[in-house]
Amino acid sequence: MDFLTLLQILDASLRLATPLLLACLAGLFSERAGIFDIGLEGKMLVAAFLAGAIAATSGNVWLGLLAGIGASLMLSVVHGLASITFRGNQLISGVAINFFAAGLTVVASQSWFGQGGRTPQLSGAARFDPIIWPGAITKIKDLRKADPLDQAYSELLSGHAIIVYAALLLVPLSWWVLYRTRFGLRLRAVGENPAAVDTAGISVVRLRYSAVLICGVLCGIAGAYLSTALQAGFVKDMTAGRGYIALAALIFAKWRPWYALYACLLFGFLQALALRPDVLEKAIGLKVQVQLLDALPYILTVIILAGFVGKAIPPRAGGEPYVKER
Amino acid sequence: MTDPVLELSGISKAFGPVQANKNISLRVMPGTIHGIIGENGAGKSTLMSILYGFYKADSGTIRIKGREIQIADSQAAIAAGIGMVFQHFKLVENFTVLENVVLGAEDGRLLRPSLAKARAELKALAEDYGLNVDPDAIIEEIGVGMQQRVEILKALYRRAEILILDEPTGVLTPAEADQLFRILARLREEGKTVILITHKLREIMEITDTVSVMRRGEMTATVKTPDTSPEHLAELMVGRKVLLQVDKVPATPGKAMLEVENLKVTDSKGVERLKGVSLEVRAGEILGIAGVAGNGQSELLEVLGGMRAGRGKVRVEGAEIDLTGRNSNGQTRRARGIAHVPEDRQREGLIMDFFAWENVAFGYHHSAAYNRGLFMDNAALQADTTAKMERFDVRPPNPWLTAKNFSGGNQQKIVVAREIEQGPKILLVGQPTRGVDIGAIEFIHKQIVTLRDQGAAILLVSVELDEIMSLSDRIAVMFDGRIMGERMPQDTTVQELGLLMAGMNGKAA
Repeated sequence: MDFLTLLQILDASLRLATPLLLACLAGLFSERAGIFDIGLEGKMLVAAFLAGAIAATSGNVWLGLLAGIGASLMLSVVHGLASITFRGNQLISGVAINFFAAGLTVVASQSWFGQGGRTPQLSGAARFDPIIWPGAITKIKDLRKADPLDQAYSELLSGHAIIVYAALLLVPLSWWVLYRTRFGLRLRAVGENPAAVDTAGISVVRLRYSAVLICGVLCGIAGAYLSTALQAGFVKDMTAGRGYIALAALIFAKWRPWYALYACLLFGFLQALALRPDVLEKAIGLKVQVQLLDALPYILTVIILAGFVGKAIPPRAGGEPYVKER
Repeated sequence: MTDPVLELSGISKAFGPVQANKNISLRVMPGTIHGIIGENGAGKSTLMSILYGFYKADSGTIRIKGREIQIADSQAAIAAGIGMVFQHFKLVENFTVLENVVLGAEDGRLLRPSLAKARAELKALAEDYGLNVDPDAIIEEIGVGMQQRVEILKALYRRAEILILDEPTGVLTPAEADQLFRILARLREEGKTVILITHKLREIMEITDTVSVMRRGEMTATVKTPDTSPEHLAELMVGRKVLLQVDKVPATPGKAMLEVENLKVTDSKGVERLKGVSLEVRAGEILGIAGVAGNGQSELLEVLGGMRAGRGKVRVEGAEIDLTGRNSNGQTRRARGIAHVPEDRQREGLIMDFFAWENVAFGYHHSAAYNRGLFMDNAALQADTTAKMERFDVRPPNPWLTAKNFSGGNQQKIVVAREIEQGPKILLVGQPTRGVDIGAIEFIHKQIVTLRDQGAAILLVSVELDEIMSLSDRIAVMFDGRIMGERMPQDTTVQELGLLMAGMNGKAA
């Protein structure tokens, strides 16, 4: 395997890790506040659909992004109502959202565009284009001849959609918000012991809603990225389990932003390898089933959960509705 | 005469048909420690929840320093200068002391300046009140006594003038409780007002200036502490004369019924919770195990009760029993005549959503009396439950109520009735009177003594030293998974036991 092939795989890893990272950070905010959210998948899916649909009809990808965030936020509000206001079971609410999203997106896109559950192909201003950094080499012929530093600059650093860079910047930002601001302190506290927050005179409900809404925005961006940047248009079930992989990454990351980045890059790398089985076969001299690579994130998570690699302790009040007691 | 710092008048609060507080009036003078005493369900907690903004009173007024105020939520209570230390601490366990103090009382959106300011202020508070706590310690790594200090610091940091403590000594060793009382006395010196809610008469007598008694939602009396006595207060609380001392004849121990030799237990985290415990309980005696909660007493009861695996030797009437595997469970233990009143009645003793009669069957559901052929004889079981409820004065004596509909004392009576009425040879009993009213305590203690007099061997685990002292014929003190020593109740003092409970060898002291 030459250096350029490796760069290409890493480049693909980064692109594939982006939606995972966004969804993972979304889950991080929600779960740190004590609201488990298995509905990341569903939220991404409706966002991907609506972003694709609005971008296709309006021709403006930014409108598409906004629509995607809006769709995801609506489901977040539903999840918030079910699990915060009505103190329902958070897993059931999340599963319901996933089923709802899986069915609704196909039906809606079929009746809207009549293309078998797809939205039309996006191009031009209806899609997030790669941002080419100054001096980056774009022609593959020139790239082969360039020195490794230029190759890395042009192939790996340059040429991603703006959302990719935004997602990377969100990691330090999330860390800063969680550990350096009043909001972050309260958010972490409400996921550990809501009674402590309540008796300190802070509204548990408002805090948890804020977290769930942040989760909605991030899921919306993740979904929009799938249909308007990673691919050009929405197709049925295009999230393909990314919401669940993001949850796995969240556990893998022990609910911490920087670890979330590493976990998502690792899982993105596995997905990139699954796309290039030939490279892997050459590298290790063994044919690896793609399905095995797809399953690896889950297997790794189970290993983490079983306590083989340190202990992943979830937020203590996670999954439990807060009922005020004397 | 000075004006009261806190004045309640005509406070009433009903939950559905239950009148939790009836027309309550209370005057608390500044710079005093004011005790509020009453049985469970007397309405103490409801009243305090109203003061802290958790509930809104149906009627009545609250005045602080003569000014009438509305307390709509905790924020308003804090603003009015009320600080609350709950029985179950409201701390974030994996935060530092500093973070817990600052939470909710931050000075701005960014954390760093708030933390720096709080750090300086904590130092000042520590000097003023003798409240030393390491601000960078993680809550879950410090002891309960320290955690309680953090709660007090939280209130003081929020400029509390009136500090309410709800059953503050329940989790403390006697030495820690003494320390707490010194802190409270210091707070009083500095002009703060302390309201102490407790059911322990001894504490009321020791530390308070004034005491108010509540019974069935009403404030029945307010007296100056020096003008009253424990007997008088108990009578005011219960409404009749109460025996504070357990009435029993000296034990006449017979043969060894339960022998434990070098018993060890390792929990799921790999921590050794019992580090070689040996003890012996004879027929016709009560062995009391004293100790601060979490020093292995629970694990001891669980192993003996068949709920947890252990290593070592346990003999019942001379024959060894299995401590692991298929033959080590509640059923096999009961078959050997071991009955178990577990420490936590709501988690281990009862199923809260099941009827009383179903709960009475648990553990004895294979008994011939409750079965007819393949099926359970529910009618017999219900009749038996009614009879047991009447003998144990469970109120209301209705087997068709679910366990959660009984008060704590009555729930405990159901568990105790179930276990004692089977006539066990050995009774394991954990915290028999935790959260139980004085009247019910008297009754349960009497039942345990009666069982002893019939020749049963009784192993009593309790964190209440008074209970251990008055009920036991022999006392063993546990600390850190070991027996620190054995004493006879007539030859020892609370102070000596307290030292043993803290891991210090009483003989040296």
